[in-house]
Amino acid sequence: MSATAAPLLQAEGLSVAFQGAKGWMTAVEDISFALAQGETLALVGESGSGKSVTAMAVARLHAGAAGTRATGRLRWRGAGGDAADLLLLQGEALRRVRGREIAVVFQDPGSALDPLFTIGDQIAETLRHLRGLGRREAAGKAVALLGLVGIPDPARRAGEYPHQLSGGMRQRAVIALALAGEPRLLIADEPTTALDVTIQAQIVDLLRDLQEREGMAMIFVSHDLGLVAGLAHRICVLYAGQVVEEGPAAEVLATPRHPYTRALLDCIPSLEGEPPRGIPGLMPNPLAPPPHCRFADRCAMAVAACREAPVPLLDAAPGRRSRCIRWEEVA
Amino acid sequence: MSAPLVEGRDLVMEFGGPSLVAPRRRPVRAVAGVDISVRRGEALGLVGESGSGKSTIGRMLLRLARPTAGQVLFDGQEITGADRATLRPLRRRMQMVFQDPFGSLNPRMGIGQAVAEGISLHRLASGQAARDRAASLLERVGLSPGLYGRRPAALSGGQRQRVAIARALAVDPDFIVADEPVSALDVSVGAEILNLLRELRRERQLALLFVSHDLGAVRTLCDRVAVLYLGRVMEEGEAAEVLRAPRHPYTRALLSASPGRPGEARGPRIILRGEIPSPAAPPSGCVFRTRCPYALPACAETVPALRPLDPTRRAACIRDDILAMETAA
Repeated sequence: MSATAAPLLQAEGLSVAFQGAKGWMTAVEDISFALAQGETLALVGESGSGKSVTAMAVARLHAGAAGTRATGRLRWRGAGGDAADLLLLQGEALRRVRGREIAVVFQDPGSALDPLFTIGDQIAETLRHLRGLGRREAAGKAVALLGLVGIPDPARRAGEYPHQLSGGMRQRAVIALALAGEPRLLIADEPTTALDVTIQAQIVDLLRDLQEREGMAMIFVSHDLGLVAGLAHRICVLYAGQVVEEGPAAEVLATPRHPYTRALLDCIPSLEGEPPRGIPGLMPNPLAPPPHCRFADRCAMAVAACREAPVPLLDAAPGRRSRCIRWEEVA
Repeated sequence: MSAPLVEGRDLVMEFGGPSLVAPRRRPVRAVAGVDISVRRGEALGLVGESGSGKSTIGRMLLRLARPTAGQVLFDGQEITGADRATLRPLRRRMQMVFQDPFGSLNPRMGIGQAVAEGISLHRLASGQAARDRAASLLERVGLSPGLYGRRPAALSGGQRQRVAIARALAVDPDFIVADEPVSALDVSVGAEILNLLRELRRERQLALLFVSHDLGAVRTLCDRVAVLYLGRVMEEGEAAEVLRAPRHPYTRALLSASPGRPGEARGPRIILRGEIPSPAAPPSGCVFRTRCPYALPACAETVPALRPLDPTRRAACIRDDILAMETAA
C-alpha cells in the first residue's frame, strides 16, 4: 500500500440518481474518494445513506439500467497501467473489467450461487469464461480456490450443491467465485450481516488475509463501525447520500471529526457497559433533502449557521475531510 | 433472594423424530436439558448463535411451545401441560416482542387500535378508556398521539418496534420475552429501542428474557446472562461480570468475535475453527469440544455439569485450569 503511487480507483464527484414517480431522485451526491492498490476502504452508514448505491456504481452494476443515471468520474488504473473512466466503459470493455478486474460479494450468498450446479462447476465455469482455462485445468483451479478461502476438504466440497453448505461455507464459496477472475478490486457489500458472530469473525479474517496476500484493493460496505475497525485502512462515512467524513480508519475512529460519526460510535452497545446513545429523529427524505447540512436536524451541535447553506467537505487534517463547520469541536 | 417468577426446569425440546415415512429418523434436540429462571423485575439475557436453542427456550417459557420434557413454572404454578383455558388468565401477564414488528402487526389496523385491542381483549378497559390508555402508551414509547390512526406500513422499522412494545405493555404484564428486538434495525434506532426497554423494565418492575446474539445489547439491558451452545447452557452469571471476565472457552470466543465499539478491550482474539455442529448429530460429551481450543480426550466422554465457580457464576467445563484463568491464553 503506497500512498504516492497513482490510486487504483479515484472517484470524483460521483452522483447516482434514480428515476421515480416525482422525477429524478439523487441517491448519492458528489462522492469522492481514492483507493490505492492493496488498500481497504470502508463505506459506512445506515440504511438510506447511499453506501451500497456507491459501491454498486463502482461495480457498474447499474450500467444500462433504465431509470438510473450515474455522473462524475471513476478513474480506474487498468492492469497495464492505462487509465479509464469506469462510467464510460461499454460493451466488451465493460465486461472485461466487471467480474474480472472488479468482483462483488453480496450480503446474501444464496443469491449469488446457482442452486442447480455444484459449487466446483460454477467456479470452473467462471474460470473458463474469464480466464480461458481448459476444462480440466479449470476444475483443478476451482478446488484450489475453495481451499484458498478455507473450505475444508475442498475436493469433496467442490462436488456439493449450494444447499448442502452452511451459510458461512456458502459465503466462502461466493468469495472463491469472486476471486476466480483474479480481481484487483473486491467489493464486499455487508458480506457478514447474515452470519453468526463467530462465522463473521472467520470471514473478516479471511478477507483481510486474502487482501494482504493477493494485494487486492477492497471496498467493504457496512453499517458497523466496530466491524470495520479491524479491517479498513480508510473509512468513508455516508449520511443521506453524502460523504460526511473521510480519513484513515484509526484516526476517524479515535478522533471523529463529524458529529454523525461520533454519534454512530456512541450508538454501539458497549461491551463494557456504557449505555448506547441513539440518534433522535430520522434521516431526511432523499427526495427532498434540506438545502443545508443534512444532519443538522438530528445534531446536538447544530447552530444557526448549519442551516444557512450547504456544507462542503472541509479539510480537517492531511488526508481527513469533514462536512461539518464545527469539526474542530467534535469530541 | 426472591422466588423466581418464571422457571424452566431441565427443559428439553425435540423436533422431528420417527414418522411413518421415516421410521428411523432421529429427533433433533434443539434444547437439551436447560435450567433457567427469571425473578420478578430481573432481566436475563439469553445469548448464543443460530441453532443454540435460545428462541425455543423463550417460546417454552411463554408456553407458546410445549416442552418435550421438563417443567415450566410461572409464579409458582406449574404450566408445563396447562391447556388453553388454564393459560388464558396467565397470558395477560406474559407477553412477547418479536424481531420483525411488521410480521406481528395487523397491516389493516391502525396502530392505536392494535394497542387498544389488547386492552379490551383482556377486559382491562373498553371503549374510550381503552383508547385513552392506548394513546398514553404510544406516547410513553415515544410515538406522538397524531400517529394513532396510522397503519404499520406508514411507519419506520423503529416506530413499528415501539408499537410492538406498547402493545406488549398494554396488558400490564409481569414478564416479557423480547426475541432479537433490535437486530433488524439500524444502529441509531436500535440504540434508542434498547434504551427504551431499559427505562421500561425499571419503571414497571418487568421481568425480561432478552434473546440476542449481541453481547453489547445484553450488557446494556440485562442483570444476568446465560450463554447457550447447541441447546445447553455453557456459562451463566451476572452480565457485567461474565463479559468482563468470561470463564468458559465458548463465552471467551463469542466475546472475542463480537465487534463491540472500536478499541474496546475484550481479551485476545480467538477465531473458532469450523461451525456449530448439527443438533441432529451433536458431539458426544461436551457439545462445544469440536471447536474448543482447549479440548482434551476426556471432553468426549461425559457431558460436563454446569458447576458453580463462585456464588454468582456457573460454567460447564471440566477444565478447572481454563476456568480459573482470568483471561484466555
